Amino acid sequence: MKDSIPQYLEALKVTVSLGGIGIVLSFVLGFLIALIGYFSIPILKLILQGYIELSRNTPLLIQLFFLYYGLPKLGLPLGKNTAAIIGLTFLGAAYMAESFRGSFESVPKVQIESGRSIGFNNWQLAQAVILPQGLKVAIPGLGANAIFLMKETSVFSAISIMDLTNVTKDLIGMYYLTKEFLLMLVLSYSVIILPMVLVIYLLERRQHHVGL
Amino acid sequence: MSGFDIFFDGNNLIRLFQGLLVVVKLSVISLILGLILGVVLGILRTTSFKVIRVVLKIYLEIFRVVPLLVLLFVFYYIVPELLNSEVSNQVVSISVFILWISAEMSDLVRSGIENVPVQQIEIGKSLGFNSWQQYYYILLPQGVIPVIPGVINLVTRVIKTTSLLMMIGVTEMIRVGTQIIENYTVKVPTASLWVYGLIFFLYFALCYHLSKLAAYVERRQVNG
Repeated sequence: MKDSIPQYLEALKVTVSLGGIGIVLSFVLGFLIALIGYFSIPILKLILQGYIELSRNTPLLIQLFFLYYGLPKLGLPLGKNTAAIIGLTFLGAAYMAESFRGSFESVPKVQIESGRSIGFNNWQLAQAVILPQGLKVAIPGLGANAIFLMKETSVFSAISIMDLTNVTKDLIGMYYLTKEFLLMLVLSYSVIILPMVLVIYLLERRQHHVGL
Repeated sequence: MSGFDIFFDGNNLIRLFQGLLVVVKLSVISLILGLILGVVLGILRTTSFKVIRVVLKIYLEIFRVVPLLVLLFVFYYIVPELLNSEVSNQVVSISVFILWISAEMSDLVRSGIENVPVQQIEIGKSLGFNSWQQYYYILLPQGVIPVIPGVINLVTRVIKTTSLLMMIGVTEMIRVGTQIIENYTVKVPTASLWVYGLIFFLYFALCYHLSKLAAYVERRQVNG
């Protein structure tokens, strides 16, 4: 049991780093996608709407299988980790974009018009007006998405990435200490997710105080 | 043979649709039982028994913190050990799904009931309703209707989550697809692209219409 701890720490690193990279990329891409929607940039907006529907209405597991087992046949071989990050970002960016979109709509139109009247272009509006005001409203949704994505990383074990879930399965197969290793697995995810829950809670509370 | 022809070779297409039927069957059974249990738990979370409220809140948080795949593994390994007998993978899956759905549903029902205007309850009281009548005639009908879009979205999440069941050995659509691909690895190298592509599309076809329905119901509710 003790000997398994380094393996768990290694797996914890895999889960947190792949999940973390995926969440950050989803966040950035989701923001850009929501901006394109907000400014109604033709054609691009339509394509991205299609993408959002595809991504939100299919499971991550089949997205990963398609990326990892399907795409190499088209001459696009992807490594396990690359496929995992692309898959998670494909899923996550759509969810993040939806959260950003909702929050952008809460920014009063008069703010946008004021920005335009002093000669701001779209990008200046985005970073000086829409992002700071929209972000406040978006925090609960973005936070929930981040937690959702971190939990989804457990699916990575299906493409044989040695994350927490996969390492546990291996260890159970080797030592038959089923209950002990399952408990370690549940605890490991709690160690990752509970601090995230706490941070989001604190961010939301701080924002309420500022709002008052 | 090109990749597309795989679907018409042998009974591959029929097998994939049988996999799809397993997805639908498992979803429907767990949804019916899970949603009913969820309504009961949701009502309990709005009553004045503090202990019950706290216990049920913790119950919900477990599903919010631990990935469902992990819970599936926990049940898959532990339940047969506890019962000291073999339990089929499908029964394990349905059990975990029922618990998960009931937790999510309990939160929807709770928020729905809590958002019923206070005056409605006061009117009920002034008519001499007891608390059972208040729930039956006022709180449930008014509390459940606003959360219908949320329930439909939960249905799509359940369908998408059935994809995890292949990991505990349930022969559902993705597992059938993987078996088919394995039969053709040498003959048709592009098999994985086509078969996983079709499964991707089938999941999309199932969930897309439900998502649109949820959005439609929500719009109608907002516009009165």
